[in-house]
Amino acid sequence: MKKAQEHTAPKKYGMVIDLDKCTGCGACMAACMAENNVPFREDETDKNLSITWLRVYKLTNGKKFPNADVCYLPRPCMHCEGHHGHSPCVSVCPATATDYSYDTGIVSQIYTRCFGCRYCMAACPYHVRYFNWWDPVWPEGMEKMLSPNVSVRTRGVVEKCSFCFHRYQIAMEKVRYEGRAELAEDEYQTACTQACPANAITFGDLNNHDHAVYKLKTHPDAFRLLERLGTNPKVYYISSREWVRRQGDNYLENEGKVVAKAH
Amino acid sequence: MSTVKAKDDGAGGFIILFFILGFVASMILGWIVFPKLLYSQKEQPFNFDHAIHMDMVGACESCHFFRDDGTFSGIPKLAQCIDCHQDVQGFTKDEEIFVNEYVRNYREVPWLIYSEQPDCVYFSHSAHVLSGGMECKTCHGPIAETETSRPYEYNRITGYSRDIWGKSMLGLKKNPWDRMKMDDCAECHRENGVKQNSAQTHKGACFVCHK
Repeated sequence: MKKAQEHTAPKKYGMVIDLDKCTGCGACMAACMAENNVPFREDETDKNLSITWLRVYKLTNGKKFPNADVCYLPRPCMHCEGHHGHSPCVSVCPATATDYSYDTGIVSQIYTRCFGCRYCMAACPYHVRYFNWWDPVWPEGMEKMLSPNVSVRTRGVVEKCSFCFHRYQIAMEKVRYEGRAELAEDEYQTACTQACPANAITFGDLNNHDHAVYKLKTHPDAFRLLERLGTNPKVYYISSREWVRRQGDNYLENEGKVVAKAH
Repeated sequence: MSTVKAKDDGAGGFIILFFILGFVASMILGWIVFPKLLYSQKEQPFNFDHAIHMDMVGACESCHFFRDDGTFSGIPKLAQCIDCHQDVQGFTKDEEIFVNEYVRNYREVPWLIYSEQPDCVYFSHSAHVLSGGMECKTCHGPIAETETSRPYEYNRITGYSRDIWGKSMLGLKKNPWDRMKMDDCAECHRENGVKQNSAQTHKGACFVCHK
């Protein structure tokens, strides 16, 4: 029945975020919420109850004027590879609702499979996972603005950033239609990447020499969050500031210069 | 002694009869009444004759085509029909309804989609038809030969089309197009080794068909 199947080299989609460029404007957060049908509440003050797939954190160096400095750090899902795809959340999920794909390197979350035990939330060291405490309620008329490419979640399931996987699915349709083998770099980009007015976010295939992320991840100032846990995340950060890089992991005060990473 | 025994036999027969009647009643309930309760029916806006169109246009792709971005157009919109159907053709009542109520008013026909999947399902026609080289018939059955549109049946609880679970209440299937459940997709994917790239199970990953 089937003859020609797609045989392409495995991808490892990842992101490099330049924290020197990030202004903390939050455009990525807004774009993400709109793109992925993320529900919101009237009162978003309690961050344990609200959902943000991509969250911008504010880091401070803790010093007084004139040495005070701030840095904004956008935090999507890190899509940890762990060892051979055994990221923290994937390893603990008893329902196989979250999984790691060897083809794309994306950690999936299947909402209809998840039964809400929240082990993955406990396992994730980055707090990228959120629980739906209620069914989403949209302001009147807004349900007509929802994207049909992303399914809406119900009460009782966990959700997280998918690197806009539906955009990959849609982009692949065109690749197949045109009979090509590979997806071009600009055909699959996440919503946050495209929304960033400062071009701080770069997205692409970390395995592909021609993609911008491939070079950026080897930048001398590149680091990953909580790298020493061995989660092997696919989101890299770049900061020229030593104090920012130090906050990327639990370094001791007397530890020397931060030299991170096994790429 | 013998009279007591005879009495026992009579009671036993009655119990067996009662059991058989109960069995028949529950079968009727399960096979005839329950499906009627579970599924509701709707008629299509008007009857569509696939066979007559196939004679004219020749292939499924003439009306059910791929767009330039690789997405599948699905059920044709008025724009595809209007070239031939500006005026009433033939003498059927359905043609009259179509032209007078829809074409003349530029109203899209609210067709009911038999094979509509739930919201959480992502299905790519291009992956199956273009890359996989599958025929339409493999999943949709011999719909091209039909002259009438059958009633659209949907589950009263879930709202999903009956084509997903299939006609058989037990979920049995003879042909690939008898059912369109996840297991049916997974079965074929397993047999053909499609995207068996899950780190957890080493089987098909969920993100292939879910969204």
